[in-house]
Amino acid sequence: MGQDSPLLSVEHVSKDFYGNVVLEDVCFQLRAGEILGLVGENGAGKTTLMRILFGMPVIAETGGYKGGVCLDGEEVRFASPFDALDAGIGMVHQEFSLIPGFTTTENIVLNREAMRGSVLNAVFGERMSALDRAAMKGKAESAIARLGVKLDPDMLVSEMPVGHKEFTEIAREINREKTKLLVLDEPTAVLTESEADILLKTLRKLADQGIAIIFISHRLHEVVELADRIVVLRDGGVVKDLPNEGVSVRDIASWMVGRSVAADRAASADGRRIGDEILKVEGLWVDMPGEPVDGASFSVRQGEIFGIGGLAGQGKLGIPNGIMGLYPAGGEVSFRGKTVPLNAPRTALETGLAFVSEDRRGVGLLLDESLEWNVSFTAMQIQGKYLKSILGGLVRYRDEAAMRKLTQEYIELLDIKCTGPEQKAKQLSGGNQQKICLAKAFALKPDLLFVSEPTRGIDVGAKKLVLDTIKRYNRDYGTTIVMVSSELEELRSVCDRVAIVDEGGIAGILPPTAEPAEFGLLMSGVSPTGAGPAGGEPDGAKEARRA
Amino acid sequence: MSGKLDLKRFLSGNAVILVFVLISAAAIPASKLSGTYIVQEMLTRIGRNSFLVLALLLPIYAGMGLNFGMTLGAMAGQLGLICAVNWGITGVEGLAFAALIGMPISIALGYVCGSILNKAKGREMVTGYMLGFFINGVYQFTVLYFMGMVIPIRNASILLSRGFGIRNTLNLESVRQSLDLLWSLKAGPYVLPMSTYLVLAALCVFIVWFRRTKLGQDMRAVGFDMGVAEAAGIPVDRTRVIAIVISTVLACFGQIIFLQNMGNMATYNAHDQTSFFAVAALLVGGASVKKATIPNVFIGVVLLHVLFVVSPRAGQNLFGSAQIGEYFRQFIGYGVIALSLVLYATRERREAAALRASTYGAGRKAAAAGGSV
Repeated sequence: MGQDSPLLSVEHVSKDFYGNVVLEDVCFQLRAGEILGLVGENGAGKTTLMRILFGMPVIAETGGYKGGVCLDGEEVRFASPFDALDAGIGMVHQEFSLIPGFTTTENIVLNREAMRGSVLNAVFGERMSALDRAAMKGKAESAIARLGVKLDPDMLVSEMPVGHKEFTEIAREINREKTKLLVLDEPTAVLTESEADILLKTLRKLADQGIAIIFISHRLHEVVELADRIVVLRDGGVVKDLPNEGVSVRDIASWMVGRSVAADRAASADGRRIGDEILKVEGLWVDMPGEPVDGASFSVRQGEIFGIGGLAGQGKLGIPNGIMGLYPAGGEVSFRGKTVPLNAPRTALETGLAFVSEDRRGVGLLLDESLEWNVSFTAMQIQGKYLKSILGGLVRYRDEAAMRKLTQEYIELLDIKCTGPEQKAKQLSGGNQQKICLAKAFALKPDLLFVSEPTRGIDVGAKKLVLDTIKRYNRDYGTTIVMVSSELEELRSVCDRVAIVDEGGIAGILPPTAEPAEFGLLMSGVSPTGAGPAGGEPDGAKEARRA
Repeated sequence: MSGKLDLKRFLSGNAVILVFVLISAAAIPASKLSGTYIVQEMLTRIGRNSFLVLALLLPIYAGMGLNFGMTLGAMAGQLGLICAVNWGITGVEGLAFAALIGMPISIALGYVCGSILNKAKGREMVTGYMLGFFINGVYQFTVLYFMGMVIPIRNASILLSRGFGIRNTLNLESVRQSLDLLWSLKAGPYVLPMSTYLVLAALCVFIVWFRRTKLGQDMRAVGFDMGVAEAAGIPVDRTRVIAIVISTVLACFGQIIFLQNMGNMATYNAHDQTSFFAVAALLVGGASVKKATIPNVFIGVVLLHVLFVVSPRAGQNLFGSAQIGEYFRQFIGYGVIALSLVLYATRERREAAALRASTYGAGRKAAAAGGSV
């Protein structure tokens, strides 16, 4: 194929999910042997774009997409990932898709095993053929050789270091004869620095063999180091598409985050008293699937709204979930100087912490119960409120009247649209459900409130109401609030300080007025100069804040 | 790292076997049975039961747990035997005929069972168990009412006196031990049913060979991770159905072998505890819900049956009542299943915790050492 005709061209691709636009008029091209670095914040549309490219059924199920994707000059529209594989597109996912009990060889040739026919084939078909182990190993070894790394073809995946798993997965993709385009989604996220270096070299080697590569990474320095072209997505559109010449990490970070400084930011400390340290977290680790935290340290002052942001999968959701005891966790957490035991949700609640979960329908609400139940439930369970005692506490029963009164109060206070306290929680809209979750937490009268993704999945008008509610509650009652959100703008408009989480730890803490590029840099694991705390060093971060 | 840790791992890994060896060691002397007798019993029972236990292996490879649905195959085998007795086909031919009748029935039942289990992923075991009860109802209805009424039965002696329905106990004299005696070897005081052993050996060879086929490889892939297998283009649901169908057909053959050795058949409840005893034997042999090997099968059959043979006698001698041994047998059987399921769950949890400790521990140490991310 000629160097001039692009291998892949994405032409005017748009996609919306039920009216919610995720991609708009995206165009870019990729030539054989070229490496394209694709960067963007959460929700910029990277994942959706890759799903379209790979023919994931979810795209067709939600109404398809507009525009076209051309491979080798021909328009393609894949019905399933298998069509995409057949056309020569290989994909290495963020999570490993390897079989742990199989060897390197077995994984590389998975479902493309070399076979020897047997007499039973005529009756029972292909699948009764015996495997040709020697040929399988040969195939695997040649794929490993193409990568130019050392892998033991007979080692079980479950016994491998992480880096080898990554290479095994890539070897599997290039083992297909036709693979000409390889998509890698955050391939370095789980690797150590030296492993990542080897990976980058390997990718360059593959590109030299004529394979085109789309490299998605939040580690911007890797993108700058590796890519031939860089495409930056923001809010569903391509904001930059340029050759990687003289581009700095800082440039990319600012393109990625992009927006001007939050305009609607209210005068910050307006009469609120921000006190001393109230919550101190040190060396926290949380085993939350998809959002692991490892070695996060920070402290929160009384009365402030502390924001935690960062890209998806970096661990920001793990922090509140771990402290509140919902996932196995370790490390030191102290509240008002007293240690908060981890892995004990009840104790955390009793200590005066409360949590509005990002999993509204799963953890947050009793969907089939009435609003009054939902609002008073935790307070009743933890603090024994809204219960009447008879026979000296021998028998306790619910105080329905008090529950109703409380719920009515919050319905008015938070302006919850419902038919009354008896309505079932599942019948409310997303925004109103979220307010019920907040009311439930408020009913505990907590000293510190974690709010996780408070505006996820609710419409724009409701978002503002929810955020205002949080701000007002903080101002009126002086409750300390730790807010976790993937929307940086939201954090910058509400919080007094914003911490950015990267790879399980706190990369740095910035004032909301800091420049967008600074946030972008922190998200990519680079510690910006002059922004205070250093990345990856918890103690440093803490000292910098005290100074 | 340390011998202590290895010992602990060995003990927890083989807890069920060890418990059994200990109980047997205590019960054998108490039963006052001769060694020759016990060994002969074991030789017979290996031939009688192993086939049924081997039938459980494939679904475990496919990640479907213990196939309690094998009861379906057992019922198919019994239908085959009823037909063979009805038609008066005797000897090995009678068994072959029974297998021929039972096979299509068990394929159909296996297909139904597999399809249902595909709709209950992750809960295969309890679903299969309940499915056994359901099909039991259909079986009883067929045998109790249809046979002699709708399905013509020529041999009046196997019918109930009312003229339809099969008798509670079916005499299998016509095919009794015809496989075992086809070629049996006398070695000292022992009689070895060589022909049955050959059938078992053939099945073991089949299983070993099967694991090396494409289908076997796919089955293992599905067993380890359905999601990954699906993404690699392996037809997951179909593979799982095939595993269950093969298992059901093998259970059908296994039940025929079991019953020919017994020589008579409790028409309405011979299959009741088929899956239960097979599962107990496999677990006693050291298998788990996720992992089972051919040696597990034979170790398990021997250990479980030593206890079955000696416990009524031990009960008689120790407590003056064989009944106590009988209770003991039931209690042990169910106890073993519960114990090994619990042990399996505990081990999984412990491994998850160990993994967590190593992952996060190392990560934390690296951070403390001052490594920048």
